[in-house]
Amino acid sequence: MVKSKTIPVKVNLSNREIKTIRRLLGREPTPAEWGMFDIMWSEHCSYKSSRPVLKKLPTTSPRVVVGPGYDSGIVDVGDGYVVAFKVESHNHPSAIEPYNGAATGIGGIVRDILATGARPILLIDPLRFGKLNTGRTKWLFRYVVKGIGDYGNCIGIPTVAGEVEFDESFETNCLVNVACYGVAKKDKIFLAKFEHPGDLLVLIGGATGRDGIHGVTFASKTIGEKSEEDRPSVQIGDPLTKKLLIEAVLEILGTGYVHGVKDLGGGGLTCATSEMAAKGGTGVEIELEKIHVREEGMNPYELLLSESQERMLLAVDPKGVDEVKRILEKYEISYSIVGKVTDTGLLVAKFRGEVVASIPPKYLAEAPIVRRKAKKPSYLKRLLNVKKPKEPEDLSETLYRLLEAPNIACKEWVYQQYDHEVGVRTILKPGNSDAAVLRILETDRAIAAKADCNSRHSYLDPFNGSAGALAEAARNVVCVGAEPLAYTDCCNFGNPENPEVFWQFKRGVEGLAYMSKALGIPCVGGNVSFYN
Amino acid sequence: MRIAVIQFPGSNCDYDVVYVLKNVLGVPTDLVWHKFFKNNFYDAVILPGGFSYGDYLRSGAIASHSPAMDEVRKMAEDGRPILGICNGFQILIEAGLLPGALLPNDCLRFVCKWVTLKCETNKTAFTSLIPEGKLLHIPIAHKEGRYFNTKEELKRMKKGQQIVFRYVDENGKITFKANPNGSVENIASVCNPKGNVVGLMPHPERASEKILSPYKDNDGLLLFESMIRFLKC
Repeated sequence: MVKSKTIPVKVNLSNREIKTIRRLLGREPTPAEWGMFDIMWSEHCSYKSSRPVLKKLPTTSPRVVVGPGYDSGIVDVGDGYVVAFKVESHNHPSAIEPYNGAATGIGGIVRDILATGARPILLIDPLRFGKLNTGRTKWLFRYVVKGIGDYGNCIGIPTVAGEVEFDESFETNCLVNVACYGVAKKDKIFLAKFEHPGDLLVLIGGATGRDGIHGVTFASKTIGEKSEEDRPSVQIGDPLTKKLLIEAVLEILGTGYVHGVKDLGGGGLTCATSEMAAKGGTGVEIELEKIHVREEGMNPYELLLSESQERMLLAVDPKGVDEVKRILEKYEISYSIVGKVTDTGLLVAKFRGEVVASIPPKYLAEAPIVRRKAKKPSYLKRLLNVKKPKEPEDLSETLYRLLEAPNIACKEWVYQQYDHEVGVRTILKPGNSDAAVLRILETDRAIAAKADCNSRHSYLDPFNGSAGALAEAARNVVCVGAEPLAYTDCCNFGNPENPEVFWQFKRGVEGLAYMSKALGIPCVGGNVSFYN
Repeated sequence: MRIAVIQFPGSNCDYDVVYVLKNVLGVPTDLVWHKFFKNNFYDAVILPGGFSYGDYLRSGAIASHSPAMDEVRKMAEDGRPILGICNGFQILIEAGLLPGALLPNDCLRFVCKWVTLKCETNKTAFTSLIPEGKLLHIPIAHKEGRYFNTKEELKRMKKGQQIVFRYVDENGKITFKANPNGSVENIASVCNPKGNVVGLMPHPERASEKILSPYKDNDGLLLFESMIRFLKC
């Protein structure tokens, strides 16, 4: 964190980035603007380190309707229907507050799918923990599973597959990934764009509070001893509001009055408005005092940066505002009309009449790329000298030991806590087969879904490890009789500022690109989580 | 014939029940938001599963005070069929339309799995097509489904044939192991003395098509078919 006399708020930006911001604006940013750049240029929001590497992935095929760069990838599954799907990590929050960390991870990904106009129909949860022999790991494991169960079960989306792996390398930093799939009609999909100046911005759902401020900057640094102090950066989930939000948003999108929709997740209102305006080539004007808030006395900086859960932003044709209000009132969902889409090419935020931020949205949405150094890790050489283990004498004893190992043993304890039947779509259930199979009620078709990764393989050889993960997922899907159409990746790595870590990431993505091309399966989206 | 499925804030099996009634059985069915529910349009009502009002306070407690429940009470008095599934069962109990209580599962965890049920009476609106003693495969998914009642009450209920389903093993035996949540006497479902109000923890709508069942049967459908027969008689 840099805190100089010249910057009135704490920022996690490099000196070079600070200079660039001053140069771009041609003036000294306001405190709110520093905060906005800080979150938008964080690794979590900007992908500033990973973007150049991710370009290597093939992203198109005749089946791909929407590829990377939007809230979720979308593929055509035939008969006029599409499937939107995406995976995300919620590692840092889960490592310090497992219950709410895991729960809000689901909340975020569900909103991403919902923002495409799709009804979310399934969840998948790949999890990684340290060895199960410490109290802390047991606590993390128990409460992550409970968080996923309580939230996912309540919102009525079945959790149908996942992974659990225990390894000492995940001791401090557990990995909690979550994928969501949704179904929509092909001609009824929405993109997160502001394209029509004059549209009113309706902020719906949870009230804005001080929780989660700087969640993304917290996610863009390494977990350490002091991370406990970051607990206020973890958002609190409210599954009942989420369930109502799902139903209300789908009903509202059905009215035809909505031109753009986006979830408010990491980066809050700043991220949603700047990205939508940047994509649509428009501007936006927000009146911050109109936001419905949970606590009194929030300042512009906090209102712009809050990551309070269960919120979505709609760009509504003024003609349809009354209809939208009627639906929101039916579901008892709070809302506020916070501004409008403009043609000024500027994101303007006002607070009680005073302009507190005025920035071209693309400056925020397109952070400068950071070219990271990559160096082959020295541990790989050391590993070459590892001796082959001695063959055990009693093989049957070894077999029993293997079967009782937490990594191999049945995961029923986990998946019985997840409602995997709700929605009457689940044909192949957890424990049944190599991949989950769910029918699409609107057609005679079904989809297969699966998450895979061999973490140790990736540690020893990131290229073949990730290539192998994609090949394994494809095989699992084929085993239930499905054709692999596309995938979404979730790359969880350490600190990218460390050249050895960046090398792992780079090789991992290259391995994915290689297998992706070889199998003809495109990547339609994904997530990169660093600082694990 | 017209059936209502009442939607409370947080219901999440509402669409599933409507799907089975409309698409599998072809019965005219309305999904009705709880505030708009009026009893005089409907011949029967189903309270679906889910987490009404987030299960805050206690499962079903808040929904049981919805004005919709006054309408449901009128239907119960008229003898019209009322089925509460999972959270719907919890709501019926909280509303005093069914006897007993539903406590947190003895394992204190949410449990989602397929169980075997034994039909104990065919004298209800939802079991008239199910022979007594027949075994059914239907899944459960709940955290607060441990049925409880006092010894005296249970005695009275047995006499009045108010116990509808019990959790059993594959041979139809009432065992400790077959009981997924610690319910007293393995009770999974009960009814009111007239037999027109039934509540059960398992989800028949999830077991109404062969494609969804690991046993390749559609036992859950029998409950809805019984209701249709009851309405036609």
